[in-house]
Amino acid sequence: MTTIPTERIAEVFVEVADTLIDEFDIIEFLQMVASRVTELSASTAAGLLLADHRGHLNLMAVTTPELEQVELFQVQAAEGPCQDCFTTGEPVVNADLGRAAARWPRFAPMAVGYGFQSVHAFPLRLRREVIGALNLFSQEPGQLLPGDVKVVQALADVATIGLLQERAVRRGTQLAEQLQSALSSRIVVEQAKGVLSQVHGVSTEVAFELMRTWARTHRRRLSDVAQAVVTDPGSLADLTRRDL
Amino acid sequence: MVSHALVSHVLELIADERPSQDDAPQALGRLQRLCRAGATAMSASGAGLSVMSDTGLRFVLGSSPAYAEIEELQFTLGEGPCLTAYTDGVPVLLSDLSGESERWPGYVSATRDHGILAAFAFPLRVGGARLGALDVYRDRVGPLNDDALTLGLVFAEVAMSTLLDMDHRRGLLEPSSFDDLVAGAGAELYQAQGMVMVQLGVSLSEAMSRLRAYAFAHEIRLSEVAADVVARRITFQAEDPGAGPAREEEE
Repeated sequence: MTTIPTERIAEVFVEVADTLIDEFDIIEFLQMVASRVTELSASTAAGLLLADHRGHLNLMAVTTPELEQVELFQVQAAEGPCQDCFTTGEPVVNADLGRAAARWPRFAPMAVGYGFQSVHAFPLRLRREVIGALNLFSQEPGQLLPGDVKVVQALADVATIGLLQERAVRRGTQLAEQLQSALSSRIVVEQAKGVLSQVHGVSTEVAFELMRTWARTHRRRLSDVAQAVVTDPGSLADLTRRDL
Repeated sequence: MVSHALVSHVLELIADERPSQDDAPQALGRLQRLCRAGATAMSASGAGLSVMSDTGLRFVLGSSPAYAEIEELQFTLGEGPCLTAYTDGVPVLLSDLSGESERWPGYVSATRDHGILAAFAFPLRVGGARLGALDVYRDRVGPLNDDALTLGLVFAEVAMSTLLDMDHRRGLLEPSSFDDLVAGAGAELYQAQGMVMVQLGVSLSEAMSRLRAYAFAHEIRLSEVAADVVARRITFQAEDPGAGPAREEEE
């Protein structure tokens, strides 16, 4: 028996399916999946990572800015639950960070320092290939039951579907083309955060929220707005003007 | 293969490539050798590189003069996978060009005259900064296998890094290690790139060139420069016109 209310699970899957019908923004989509998984699993924060062609994990979405540092550390140290999950293709469930110093000597103390007690990681799988991982952190001890694990893995699978659906798939399109596009979208968003952060003299987190809000208000895709910010800032004068 | 080993492998392949009498000097010659090494590594008959800007073509080069000509075809005709890779920013992998006649009639016919039956175009880009495409040609039909595809992406990354350094790192124009590549540095580098673009009032590509030049001149890692920019410990300032070579000032 699962601890997650069935009705809520159904709502989340409907929301996800709804997004996938239209032309959607991959960054917002992954951000949404990360938020919903955090909520359903009663976690504190979630991060979603995608591997590039060199087998290097890249952060695509994160639910709280603080987690960004933890995830980047994990990527740079090439050590931690996501890395394990990516390498083995198996989920890491209910790992107790306080007792993980032997398993992850650098990562575990760092995560504990950020107030996390437990961590989970679920693979993003496409057939036999692992293309990334979904990482959940909690300030409480890990309590995912087998039923919860299935729900979270199902949402991780949905994230994979989103990654592959983002672009209209031309006949014979290879996986690498799809993933390159998603990875590049994230880079453009980071570049645009830098532009807005400099223009408005705000943190990159605030810059991100400015851009997301503007995109929503104007019913534009986040990736398109970010692209315009970095290539043609003048075209979005009310977002890129200094006296905003 | 793990990421560092893969990059080192590609850098070695390029370094081992013998110079030819047709090679241009300096960075352009290195890019020609990159094309030859890439073509060999990916079992292709040749390769070409197009460097573009929003206003049009800057230059083309190839693994041989013949392939430079083939590379130029797409600009004469105004169509082809390389232009699409540049515009859309994703790889365009065409394992059988004969299937593309409707999309690019002129290009397919012209390349067939040169015996080319498959073409694979890899964009040279870092997020919103785009410089061109690396194109790999085969005289036979069939897809790139996963290893060749990965190699193509890494060769494109090395080409991108080399191009970014052309104007600012005279004398040391070739990436020598994984750290010299743009990718894999984390979000901060890209955020810093956006900030420097505004600080200097330059393009996104130019901002990355300046960050790399700064790291090189100060002998520190690119990721450290990026962290300093994002934390506002370093601010790049537009140099005085006529003040000589570009030099960024620390606050």
